[in-house]
Amino acid sequence: MENFLNALVLFTNFVVIPATTYGAQLALGALGVTLIYTVLRFSNFAHGDLMAFGTMLTIMVTWGLQALGIGIAPLPTALLALPVGMIGATALALLTDRWVFAFYRHRRADPVIFVIASVGVMFVYNAITRFFIGVGDQRFEDGARFVIRVPDFRAMTGLREGLALRTSQVLTVVVMALAVAFVFWFLNRTRTGKSMRAYSDNEDLALLSGISPGHVVRVTWVLAACLATLAGVLYGLDKSFNPFVYFQLLLPIFASAIVGGIGQPVGAVVGGFVVAFSEVTLTYAYKGVLTYLLPEGMAPEGLVQLLGTDYKFAVSFVILVIVLLVRPTGIFRGKVV
Amino acid sequence: MKRILLATAVSAGLASAAAAEPVNIGVILGFTGPLESITPAMAASAEMALKEASDSGKLPGGITLNPVRADSTCIDAAAATTAAEGLVTGQNVVAIMGADCSGVTTAIATNVAVPKGVVMVSPSATSPALSSLEDNGYFFRTAPSDARQGEVLADLVSESGVTEVAVTHTNNDYGKGLADSFQAAFEAKGGKVAISAAHDDGKGDYSAEVAALQASGADTLMVLGYVDQGGRGIVQAALDTGAFEHFYFGDGMYGQSLIDAVGSEINGKVIGTLPGVEGEAADIFATLAKAHDMDPTGTYVPESYDAAALIALSMAAAGSADRTGIRDHMLDVANAPGEKIYAGELAKALDLIAQGQDIDYQGATGVELIGPGEARGSYRVYEIKDDAPVTLGYR
Repeated sequence: MENFLNALVLFTNFVVIPATTYGAQLALGALGVTLIYTVLRFSNFAHGDLMAFGTMLTIMVTWGLQALGIGIAPLPTALLALPVGMIGATALALLTDRWVFAFYRHRRADPVIFVIASVGVMFVYNAITRFFIGVGDQRFEDGARFVIRVPDFRAMTGLREGLALRTSQVLTVVVMALAVAFVFWFLNRTRTGKSMRAYSDNEDLALLSGISPGHVVRVTWVLAACLATLAGVLYGLDKSFNPFVYFQLLLPIFASAIVGGIGQPVGAVVGGFVVAFSEVTLTYAYKGVLTYLLPEGMAPEGLVQLLGTDYKFAVSFVILVIVLLVRPTGIFRGKVV
Repeated sequence: MKRILLATAVSAGLASAAAAEPVNIGVILGFTGPLESITPAMAASAEMALKEASDSGKLPGGITLNPVRADSTCIDAAAATTAAEGLVTGQNVVAIMGADCSGVTTAIATNVAVPKGVVMVSPSATSPALSSLEDNGYFFRTAPSDARQGEVLADLVSESGVTEVAVTHTNNDYGKGLADSFQAAFEAKGGKVAISAAHDDGKGDYSAEVAALQASGADTLMVLGYVDQGGRGIVQAALDTGAFEHFYFGDGMYGQSLIDAVGSEINGKVIGTLPGVEGEAADIFATLAKAHDMDPTGTYVPESYDAAALIALSMAAAGSADRTGIRDHMLDVANAPGEKIYAGELAKALDLIAQGQDIDYQGATGVELIGPGEARGSYRVYEIKDDAPVTLGYR
């Protein structure tokens, strides 16, 4: 029994907790991507760097608050600074829409042109972020770092294996749940949300029934920018902030959106967790867990690792390819990309 | 009148011929790229040595040494080769102090220095692969090979009674080379490397890497990475998840920034090494460097001084600024027997050489060139205690 508990704790500590946190961060990112895709009908490559920009603003305000001694311990100060980051990211997204994407919308350009334009926007965002905060790693986490620490857990349970749960991990999952609930409520229950869905289903019909396209587009950008900032700040709090990291996140985020069915908000959330758990479980070495579970003498010599950790991002690629080949609509029957 | 003019012209011509042309020495370091923050101090240190030798006026024929800088970029082998090509053919340098990173150093040595017969003295390339370079004797380094650091780390680990370690290294020539040399040395001592896994720098999340390392079953983690990069992410994730309680650090992991970022939790859990010398040689160089407004503890600053000084001294021993002559006399001036020469004593050394006496250059780092002309090396062993690295000793 104790062996089983040890194995369970080990698995939770190194697989379940990190994968859940990572999945929540991907889900928030994928939700933003999917919203843009449904309403504006293109894959926004600049989403990762919009995350970086919003996070950068949040970090700067956090530093200011920390210098003034304002905090909400045991929660991180960044939560207090978050609204500023969201407003900044929203402003940037709206300006980009007016200066770049509106032009192509009026011309009714092909989606691929939007995608290429968004790649350009991505580089500009990234340059802005680096210009202000530099290229190095930034840490802005404060408050109580741990909910449960490894030594405390060991002392509490008497088990050999320890379990650590960080504040940022709990925060990520809770905030993700709240944000997703809000987005679902907004899309399904409010007038604006319904008009967004109508616009997405059939643009011409929506226009005929008096829905203002400008309003729908603006609200979509506001939602996407807020979600991006939220995802970015949570990722930065949980791991560390570096302007280039968000660009690397783009691939798993798109994989999540597509796995779930692009254009489906539920799909984005489920996809986020599918991708995160695949990445972590496929690259985890099961030697420790199996040593506890198998009878003595049968413990494996090798690491029992399916893929090296170097191949973590390759997992997203493989998922993406398999889904596009086998079920292009994704789990929840989204649009075909 | 004509005759006087002619005489004046001739004597003027003779005079300028007597005051010899300055001899160019290449200083090729990564002034742009990942090492751009430390290379200016390295170059300044090397130029200080060249100036000291020139100003003494005791180089053969009264020649002066003129440093010519070029950019190795640290990472772009093609750009580094072009820069070195320019130094050798355009500036006609007789020797090169550089390059800095192991990759570009190999490229310059094999593509330019060795084919053209120009001596290269690198202050900071530490890859073990450079020991077996086909260099016709033209490549030297005042930094020790990482093979030696691997041995030092293996000694430290086995002396503390640990028999099994997990190793993680940054995914490049430096990390791989150091991890391999540590593994070879540790296994020779009967130890076991449970896992040796690479990590990539510049990622946000290292929890998967740490999970795999932890699963190997070892309790001790050897981190051979960079302090501001993946190495820190690994240590942070390992401490957060309670995966490891004991760490050993390679030289790339030395830095206060790690301690500041990770916090007091790291105290008492780390033993690390970095190149360092104790005793007279280091003290004398520290005084000299401070007199020139330089930081004597800067990364590879003493090694840079030594690299340039060795070039000047072997030129003197050769009797002229001859490329092959510099190569042939390098080991004579660097090693015993002879009178020990420390930093700032280049004038004295040049006098001794002029009198035909042997010298044993110690310089800033206690230089002793072994094997194929590389520093034997001395390492400082430290532990992290009370939020700061504390020196335990030298080996």
